[in-house]
Amino acid sequence: MALPVFSSTNDPGSAFTDLLRCLNQDPKVSRFSNEFFSYRSANESTSQFSTNELTFRHATTVMAIKFSQGVLIAGDRRATEGYSIAYRNMEKVFPGDRYSAIAIAGTAGPALELVKLFQTQLEHYEKVEGTVLSLEGKANQLSQLVRANLSSAFQGMVVIPLFAGWDCKRKVGRIFTYDVTGGRYEEADYHATGSGGRHARTTIKLGYKEGMSLKGALRLGIQALYEAADEDLGTGGPDALRGIYPTVATVTEKGFEFLEEAEVAGQFETFMVSKSSSGDKS
Amino acid sequence: MTMPFYVAPEQLMKDRAEYAQKGIARAKSLVAVTYLDGILIAAENPSKSLHKISEVYDRIAFAGAGKYNEFDQLRVAGIRHADTKGFAYSREDVNARSLANLYAQYLGEIFTHETKPMEIEILVAELAQANNEDSQDKIYHILYDGTLMDEDHFTVLGGDVPSVAGRLTKAWKQRWSLKEALGSCLYALGGDSRVIPDSELEVAVLSHTNGRRAFKRIVDDELKSLRQNQLKPGKSNKSAKTSPA
Repeated sequence: MALPVFSSTNDPGSAFTDLLRCLNQDPKVSRFSNEFFSYRSANESTSQFSTNELTFRHATTVMAIKFSQGVLIAGDRRATEGYSIAYRNMEKVFPGDRYSAIAIAGTAGPALELVKLFQTQLEHYEKVEGTVLSLEGKANQLSQLVRANLSSAFQGMVVIPLFAGWDCKRKVGRIFTYDVTGGRYEEADYHATGSGGRHARTTIKLGYKEGMSLKGALRLGIQALYEAADEDLGTGGPDALRGIYPTVATVTEKGFEFLEEAEVAGQFETFMVSKSSSGDKS
Repeated sequence: MTMPFYVAPEQLMKDRAEYAQKGIARAKSLVAVTYLDGILIAAENPSKSLHKISEVYDRIAFAGAGKYNEFDQLRVAGIRHADTKGFAYSREDVNARSLANLYAQYLGEIFTHETKPMEIEILVAELAQANNEDSQDKIYHILYDGTLMDEDHFTVLGGDVPSVAGRLTKAWKQRWSLKEALGSCLYALGGDSRVIPDSELEVAVLSHTNGRRAFKRIVDDELKSLRQNQLKPGKSNKSAKTSPA
């Protein structure tokens, strides 16, 4: 490795992705998609690409809810490969930096790569510039990374992140969602995405109140994940036998914090007890 | 046709070295010392936004003395090296030694090949890995000509190095607290006659208490409280000597 020094007219500035391009080390996401593309055109005779030939791991329900002190963000732990379960304790919620969180739904490989690239990009900017990006700036950065993945998305490797963070200037928690083209949308109260996202969203919609406490948001989030797992085969529910529970984190004025697994497990237990004692079998 | 004058290589190198040394001697000094929880770096710097000390990676910090634009270019290059390496391999594979070597080679090349040497001295500091007995705090000091020095406990960059280093050598203690270390560093920088105001100080630490990203600037209230009730090490030594008599 040489020392990466550039002439002032050719300097990649504070963008990590541009730096990789200048060093001819393009993000693996795009390299991977090119290989896949050539593989696919070589097999063009089979008109419909069969999932038996090449299967990808998919990750499923992630959600974010605003509460009085910030944003709660959570995700289930299941990864599937076609109709089988590939992985039972996958993490889908990550810190973006000190004041933001990113959760992923879609094809696991490119999604994890996206998270790593995003985290590196935020820290790289902060160190080179000496200041932290605004929350809006971080959200726009992520939008560009999603758009860069568009060609892979056309080949079936879709990655949809959910972004939540604490806006240090406005002193509020904010939620951003994305579409496959990199379109960026700000949500007012809550959002859920992934194959079980619709069920989770409906559950949150019924129980959401503006300015709810952390406890209330956690209870609602847990219910939403339970309902999503109940309806969607790609979403994993609480697994008491193996001790695997959804990941839950908060982003507040204090920054990004994971909730203790024991606390999440306790909330699930309370929820199950109240559900069965009320005779609710729905 | 005019012939260029012949200049002996010794003379050429000597001239370049003198030129660089002059520039560095004009700069304000910067010191780095190890202390109980890690490494402390302190510098005299009247600017609040043009930093001499900055973060490179999880446990690595950079500092420079001399011409700002020259060492800042190297600071950014260091961050780029560390981030691409950590991205391609793993965070734990990024270390100060390889970065210091790269810097040394680059500075050496500039010194011999370019018309003007860089008028800077730089420092790469690395905090020991937690839970690893073999890993130690490291301070690499690199000169304008690419000379690379591995310092044990402290180093001084730029300005009047002999007198600052002299004061620091006298005061230095193994495993001292942050407050003690800072007191002695500021005394070493300012000398007997001068107390540097907070507004003209830049102080940062690499500390085990800061989690993954060990680098932290010490500013405002924290700096004020650390400087409160500071005895000048020079003065306290004198009083200790005189009291038994």
